Amino acid sequence: MTLDFTPAFTDWQALLSGATVTVEVTVCALLLSCLLGLLIGIGRLNPQRRLAYGVSSVYLSCFRGTPLLVQLFIWFFGLPRFGILLPAFACGVLGLGMYSASYVSEIVRGAIQSVDRGQMEAARSLGMSGRQAMFKIILPQAFVRMIPPLGNEFISLIKNSALVSLLTIHDLMHEGQKIISVSYRSLEIYLVIAVIYWLMTTFVTMALRSVELRLKAGGMVQ
Amino acid sequence: MSEHTTRQAFKQARAMIRIRGLHKAYGDHEVLKGVELEVDESRVVVVIGPSGSGKSTLLRCCNGLEVAQRGTIDICGQRLLADGKMLGERELNALRMQVGMVFQSFNLFPHLTVLDNITVGPRTLKGAGAAAAKEQGMALLEKVGLAAKAEAMPASLSGGQKQRVAIARALAMAPKVMLFDEPTSALDPELVGEVLSVMKLLAKEGMTMMVVTHEMGFARDMADTVVVMDGGQIIEADRPEVIFSSPSQTRTRSFLQAVLKPDA
Repeated sequence: MTLDFTPAFTDWQALLSGATVTVEVTVCALLLSCLLGLLIGIGRLNPQRRLAYGVSSVYLSCFRGTPLLVQLFIWFFGLPRFGILLPAFACGVLGLGMYSASYVSEIVRGAIQSVDRGQMEAARSLGMSGRQAMFKIILPQAFVRMIPPLGNEFISLIKNSALVSLLTIHDLMHEGQKIISVSYRSLEIYLVIAVIYWLMTTFVTMALRSVELRLKAGGMVQ
Repeated sequence: MSEHTTRQAFKQARAMIRIRGLHKAYGDHEVLKGVELEVDESRVVVVIGPSGSGKSTLLRCCNGLEVAQRGTIDICGQRLLADGKMLGERELNALRMQVGMVFQSFNLFPHLTVLDNITVGPRTLKGAGAAAAKEQGMALLEKVGLAAKAEAMPASLSGGQKQRVAIARALAMAPKVMLFDEPTSALDPELVGEVLSVMKLLAKEGMTMMVVTHEMGFARDMADTVVVMDGGQIIEADRPEVIFSSPSQTRTRSFLQAVLKPDA
């Protein structure tokens, strides 16, 4: 059996454009995921704040407890039944971002709860409000601890983004399948796509490692 | 006005901490059983007693880190707690600015430099400008003998240095009262002295201080009043020379014998 990568090289522009869309979807979903994850994570810190805790817990249960593909299909195929017709790109970002936010929220909650209780007490005893203490003292420390698990989550997000090709978004996977449909070189194209995804995830891994090292050098990480 | 009333009024004005009938329980376990205590302005009150006697809980009640179920606490003339009801959030935060707290485990902010640890309070809460806060921070670091460590991260400091920074951090808010919760208990013996010297300096400057400690030397030298707690109650309170030479309670005597006993 011989491998022929010619179709991938001939259509490299399509693959590049697909990879760009993959990055765009992932970055947008990432921003949404971080923002929502932070809110949901903070919401689940204190069961005595019943509304915030209840809403966050229901969110976590629904979005973490159902498959991503089903959620993407609900955004894309389900919402039009209610007259809400979102562009495919928006469906992809919302689907990926909201799914990922459920995991990020648990990372945020775990990191915040791992910060020594004395830190909050010291901040409050200076006269800071709960919110000031959270944003000035607790979250910066928690953030450092979030980096490794967030790295894992972001890598999952990049890989999961391949599913948005099913919503007609012209991402890397979608472009690859288009090339396969005319060249019938499925193994070669899938191998090329795999390498491109691997390059993306490796880049993220190295970037996060460098952030960690920088924080270590600054004395923020032991 | 009779002399008695005048003296009462004078005393009332000078009391920086006034605790009346304080009861605090964790579930069924009662930790404070009707504590009465007064700390006058510029006085140093040292609270001693065996572990679990309620000393730290009492101290933590004084800045609202613990909420007692019954009794009243007045700090700097303001009612902090009345029968389980604390001041509102905003007033409590304002009151806490007047009450400096030093913890056993330092609780420095590890993500901030030494100087930023000291300036974060004034900058966040008092609207101090960067330059003014830095100037004040450096002056405080000078005072605790750590000006050279301004840009260091807390992780690189020794325990004694960390605690001195923690004292400077509390002082940066210009508090009227300082609370010390076993400030030397987590330190290696050779580092205790440097922290105690800073505390002695504060006491000499007239800072009102309430100190929970096992450092009997500090209590003997610096306290105006030594308060002995046991089983959630104050069993004895007097001048240090009385407590250390002729305590009235047998429990005080046995506690002091245990802690002052020279190593065999």
